[in-house]
Amino acid sequence: MAPGQMASGLAAGRLTAAEIDANFDDLHPAYAPHEAAVAADRCYFCYDAPCTTACPTDIDIPLFIRQIQTGQPEAAARTIFDQNILGGICARVCPTETLCEEACVRETAEGKPVEIGRLQRYATDTVMSAGVHPYSRAPETGKSVAVVGAGPAGLACAHRLAMLGHEVVIYESRPKAGGLNEFGIAAYKATGGFAQSEVDWLLQIGGITIETGRALGGELTLDGLKADHDAVFLSIGLGGVNALRVPDENMPGVRNAVDFIAELRQAENLSALAVGRNVVVIGGGMTAVDAAVQSKLLGAENVTIAYRRGRDAMPASRYEQDLAASKGVRLMFNVMPVGLTGTEALTAVDLEYTQVVDGRVTGTGETVTLPADQLFKAIGQTLDGAPGALALEGGKIAVSDGGRTSIDGVWAGGDCAAGGDDLTVTAVAEGRDAAMDIHKALVG
Amino acid sequence: MADLTTDFLGISSPNPFWLASAPPTDKEYNVRRAFEAGWGGVVWKTLGAEGPPVVNVNGPRYGALYGADRRLLGLNNIELITDRPLEVNLEEIARVKSDYPDRAVIVSLMVPCEEAEWKAILPRVAETGADGIELNFGCPHGMSERGMGAAVGQVPEYIEMVTRWCKENYDRPVIVKLTPNITDIRYPARAAHNGGADAVSLINTISSITSVNLDNFSPEPSIDGKGSHGGYCGPAVKPIAMNMVAEIARDPETRGLPISGIGGVTTWRDAAEFMSLGAGNVQVCTAAMTYGFRIVQEMTAGLSQWMDEKGYTSVQDFVGRAVPNVTDWQYLNLNYVAKAKIDQEQCIKCGRCYAACEDTSHQAIWMKEGRVFEVNDAECVACNLCVDVCPVENCISMVEMAPGTVDPRTGRTVQDSYANWTTHPNNPGAQAAE
Repeated sequence: MAPGQMASGLAAGRLTAAEIDANFDDLHPAYAPHEAAVAADRCYFCYDAPCTTACPTDIDIPLFIRQIQTGQPEAAARTIFDQNILGGICARVCPTETLCEEACVRETAEGKPVEIGRLQRYATDTVMSAGVHPYSRAPETGKSVAVVGAGPAGLACAHRLAMLGHEVVIYESRPKAGGLNEFGIAAYKATGGFAQSEVDWLLQIGGITIETGRALGGELTLDGLKADHDAVFLSIGLGGVNALRVPDENMPGVRNAVDFIAELRQAENLSALAVGRNVVVIGGGMTAVDAAVQSKLLGAENVTIAYRRGRDAMPASRYEQDLAASKGVRLMFNVMPVGLTGTEALTAVDLEYTQVVDGRVTGTGETVTLPADQLFKAIGQTLDGAPGALALEGGKIAVSDGGRTSIDGVWAGGDCAAGGDDLTVTAVAEGRDAAMDIHKALVG
Repeated sequence: MADLTTDFLGISSPNPFWLASAPPTDKEYNVRRAFEAGWGGVVWKTLGAEGPPVVNVNGPRYGALYGADRRLLGLNNIELITDRPLEVNLEEIARVKSDYPDRAVIVSLMVPCEEAEWKAILPRVAETGADGIELNFGCPHGMSERGMGAAVGQVPEYIEMVTRWCKENYDRPVIVKLTPNITDIRYPARAAHNGGADAVSLINTISSITSVNLDNFSPEPSIDGKGSHGGYCGPAVKPIAMNMVAEIARDPETRGLPISGIGGVTTWRDAAEFMSLGAGNVQVCTAAMTYGFRIVQEMTAGLSQWMDEKGYTSVQDFVGRAVPNVTDWQYLNLNYVAKAKIDQEQCIKCGRCYAACEDTSHQAIWMKEGRVFEVNDAECVACNLCVDVCPVENCISMVEMAPGTVDPRTGRTVQDSYANWTTHPNNPGAQAAE
């Protein structure tokens, strides 16, 4: 037992370094070639395949699987990248259980879909690990496009624009590109610095400059970008975090889950990263699961996800719920936080049981108190820092087909744009489609 | 458990599964292991004439065709007959037969097409106490270049001549092993029959190239960058073999001639199918070479269980049962009308039936809202392609239309009577139905 395991409060080193390393290993190990061949052989090459229909980026899945099956993972990767240049990270983080693999006819037949995500990873890894970038740029058009935000939508948009011959400058507020791929998903889904190497690989297309530490606001204005470039694509994500609306929510020990995940992703040494002994995560989405599971993997003794509605309403998939449960995370449903206890730092959280009346969650009056030295807020992110002139829809930037915003010459996509379901793969699709629309607008 | 004891040409064996003449039966060591594992008999790997034995290549002898998960579907080989001295083989055969009197031991032979050569070897084989001989007129590679093997099997006159020599100079059963590398298997079978053969066994291997190395463009198996056609066997050849067995079984000139069925027998079911088409027993090679001798335990147990389920007490109860149902196309009942029917409960909506029918057949399957696939009876010719490509067993079936109903494709009422091409009005040579 590591010395820190029973320490109260926030403490680092609750597990040995070796245990932590093992805990944060690849969630889905890569296929060996024969495994891939066997997995690929299970594909029925469906007509008008349901998996492709379910893919937000419309990857021709039966084709790429057949290309793996015939011994050409490189050709398979090309099929994937043609539709989704971030096919590598999507293979790792896509909730395939609610997308392609849920639609797979073998899921219908046997409850065991073709493992499309792992096959996609096999194909894309083959090409990316060889350092090969299979695309080249069209002759330069002389047009310049500003992309704000180097997350999945921005990178996908930039790559497609660069490929079409445009010059692209990406303005990124953080010190590194990658967006949520780099800062926002569980470490065990993108091991080995994959997000950064994917950015490096993508930039091999040429024609893309990334300026980090450049956030929209201050000297970087939408008007300025419009003046300096022929088009602007906004992919600024959701920078704000919803509040609990519970007294004392700024108490030490209470933190945004996204900040914890980002710190964890950037940590040089996970053994030095502090985590509570009793951790409570408020929320029910992927961020909640990622924060909870990683707390457990760091050595927290008790980790609870407290979600205010029932299991069926939980945004995190059943697969993610089961993953959390398998790691020892307790899932509580129909509870909401109503009070925080602690003098210098958090010691407990009061939860009230809920019921849904006329579609609205209300408290029943019954409460339960959980010991908690760390509480993560994972109840959703909000648009933050969008230029005021932009029309919004449901709190996000309103867009029409092709990602056009209310301002001429300005496009938007990814989580900051209305519509979509805040998935990496959706962001990629929106970035790509906006690039095609921008291209059409710029060169006719 | 049904008794699998089989009498083939008066040779009794505890089950109908014999190992074919091939590498698994080249040596006493292997054959003893085979008998211990439960094989009913062996055909000892082909012996050649006295003198320096043949030599084999010193590189790969086998090439493969794979299915999913490297399942071996087809195997070819360029190995020749035994490369061990005749005397050694004969001594081993005698010892093994003496130790396993209840098992069948047949000796495969291949010597040049000269009577003296056969007269020389036959008495020596007889001395071993082996139950019979099998004349290897089948090997398509190597030996055929020297005027033996398939080179004999492709000339009916030679088959008849050599068979006759053997019958005249050997007093136990003579089985003639036929090559499939001909146009009509009935001619070599008739020749064997005319020469007095007690039985034919088939098929020997099929001339084949399994693959080509796309780096050095050598056929596989590759010997120093060159390849030679090999003999193909394994599950992939079973349909070809079964047709040839059936052709001999139903040929009026050879009807009743015992047949030992060979070609891709891998399971009890394969054996039951061969035997229903007229084979009195079966010979196996590739399955043993793929899985080892223990595979026979599935074959014997499976055949026995199936016989119990069907109420058969002897293999004789079902040998040849399918032969009367093998006919010529011209006698198939053209009044029989079926339509494909898709079981929506079982359908997993892959759409393979639709792609196959729409792209390559009769546009008889509708793809409706929600990926519902339905058969359009007005176009369906009951070709069975949808059944064959459907990944779900029994999801699509061919349902016979009842007499008196109207086929929406032709507008004609389905007739209860039988009518075939020989009387069809579109047949220029048709005779008026009486």
